[in-house]
Amino acid sequence: MRDSVAAAAPGRWIQPAIWLVVAATAVSLWPAGAAALNWQAKIRAVRDGRTVDARIASAAAAEWAYITLGYAAAGLLALGVVLFLLANDMAVGRTFFYLPLMAEKYDLVLRAFANNVFIFVVAEIFVLVLGLVVAIGRLLPGRAGRPVRMLAVFYCDFFRGMPAVVTIFLVGFGLPLSGIIPGAIPGIGKIPLTWYAVIALTLTYGAYVAEVYRSGIESIHWSQMAAARSLGLSYFQALRYVIVPQAVRRITAPLLNDFIGLQKDTALVSVIGVIDGFNQARIIASNAFNLSAVTIIAIIFVLITIPQARFADKLLERDQRRMRAAS
Amino acid sequence: MAFLEIRNVVKNFGATEVLRGIDLSIEEHQVVCLIGPSGCGKSTLLRCINGLEPISSGEILLDDDRISGPGVEVDRLRRDIGIVFQSFNLFPHMTVLENIMLAPLKVLNKARQEVHADAMVLLNRIGMAEKATEYPDRLSGGQQQRVAIVRALAMRPKVLLLDEITSALDPELVAEVLAIVRDLATRGMTMLLATHEMGFARDVASKICFLVDGQVYEQGSPERLLGHPERDRTRAFLKRVMDAGRMQPR
Repeated sequence: MRDSVAAAAPGRWIQPAIWLVVAATAVSLWPAGAAALNWQAKIRAVRDGRTVDARIASAAAAEWAYITLGYAAAGLLALGVVLFLLANDMAVGRTFFYLPLMAEKYDLVLRAFANNVFIFVVAEIFVLVLGLVVAIGRLLPGRAGRPVRMLAVFYCDFFRGMPAVVTIFLVGFGLPLSGIIPGAIPGIGKIPLTWYAVIALTLTYGAYVAEVYRSGIESIHWSQMAAARSLGLSYFQALRYVIVPQAVRRITAPLLNDFIGLQKDTALVSVIGVIDGFNQARIIASNAFNLSAVTIIAIIFVLITIPQARFADKLLERDQRRMRAAS
Repeated sequence: MAFLEIRNVVKNFGATEVLRGIDLSIEEHQVVCLIGPSGCGKSTLLRCINGLEPISSGEILLDDDRISGPGVEVDRLRRDIGIVFQSFNLFPHMTVLENIMLAPLKVLNKARQEVHADAMVLLNRIGMAEKATEYPDRLSGGQQQRVAIVRALAMRPKVLLLDEITSALDPELVAEVLAIVRDLATRGMTMLLATHEMGFARDVASKICFLVDGQVYEQGSPERLLGHPERDRTRAFLKRVMDAGRMQPR
């Protein structure tokens, strides 16, 4: 298909595009006809003095008019996208969606994406632990807890303020450069760059997730703490068995949001030279002088996000049902 | 020397003085009812005895042992003093059984089997054994409060504090909760309860204390205090209660 279009003379794409616009307009005007018919019915009803019929027809006409507007607006947008892809003899479409290149290279990108998966899975596990520790540190009571609280606040402020890409850069290049981490571990060998990426992303997202945990813990009514303590449980036992389990159920959705953010930010690790999916796609793109390989990685990221979002909704629904009447 | 002795207890919240020198003594197996208008300090006193609120001055003794002020191990103290709240405060993420078993397992480190058997005995006693695996949101308010009482009892406390435990309940659910308290009273449990249920107080109390403005204004046996109150504000309070139909004259 691409060959036939490419063979056509420049400017030939204009004509089918115009037909497309005409067809789309005709389709979007379809419900407008129904609106007009109802309007006429209303006018007839008014003339004959049938007030109730006139009101019904008038309402139907308004309904159809709104439907026309809704569909026309959506159709117009879709049409804009299609025209954009068709523009310049489909050059735009080919730049982003050149199927032969995509079919040839997707496995290469997918294999590099395994690196992203490794980084975000390991980082997510670390983040869950670090975030909880920081959140509890930030909520430590009393005078003895103050220095720890301040430290936790400083950590959150610092790493939330710093762009993830800067953290990755500093950790990925700085730690090996400083020499405090041995370049090679006996028996294991050189520490791979991916681990520095894991450390950097853990530091960044630990700060976000600590705040999520904190808001979750603080959202549990103090009477739960009072009830737990009144039974003789210590402060930490109350957190462990009563407060945190309830908090975690409440924060699933925001937690998953942060995880999706983390997953997407694994694309940043290319700045320290990790061959992740995005870096691989960029290499392919510059070799082929076509961005379709980058589209592959874009699609992969979108595809892994969607089920997670749905899963979070499900979890939320289930827990809300259970917790609604209690406490 | 009484079993539970409260001596000149003062509690400030910032500039507000909520308890202004409370003196009260409770003998073992006694049931003492605290009555009085809202804000008179009933709940605060109970929370202070349990150590949920530190007191500002005075002292509280349990079984000749000082349980207020610095150096008191509150976690240890709370094993001996149970408290049940107005709003039940069951743990919503745990089943009825888990709610009851948590503290004996984690605080007393008892064997799971023993704790389980214990909990089932208690649940049977309040007729809720078949609800053992339900979550709190599946229970009525009265059932939740009964579980809350059993949860406190599972720690085998020496004293049980009940903080307006029927105030959040629909009227038709009050009786089932009070029945448990009555049963506990006949079993000799030492109890201190803040309540608005005058009729109930008259039935179960060994002593009734009328609190006003953070002080014990008048106290005595139920017959004496409710039947022949000596001081003005006690009379005025009881008259209002009777006018509201909350207590029948006897």
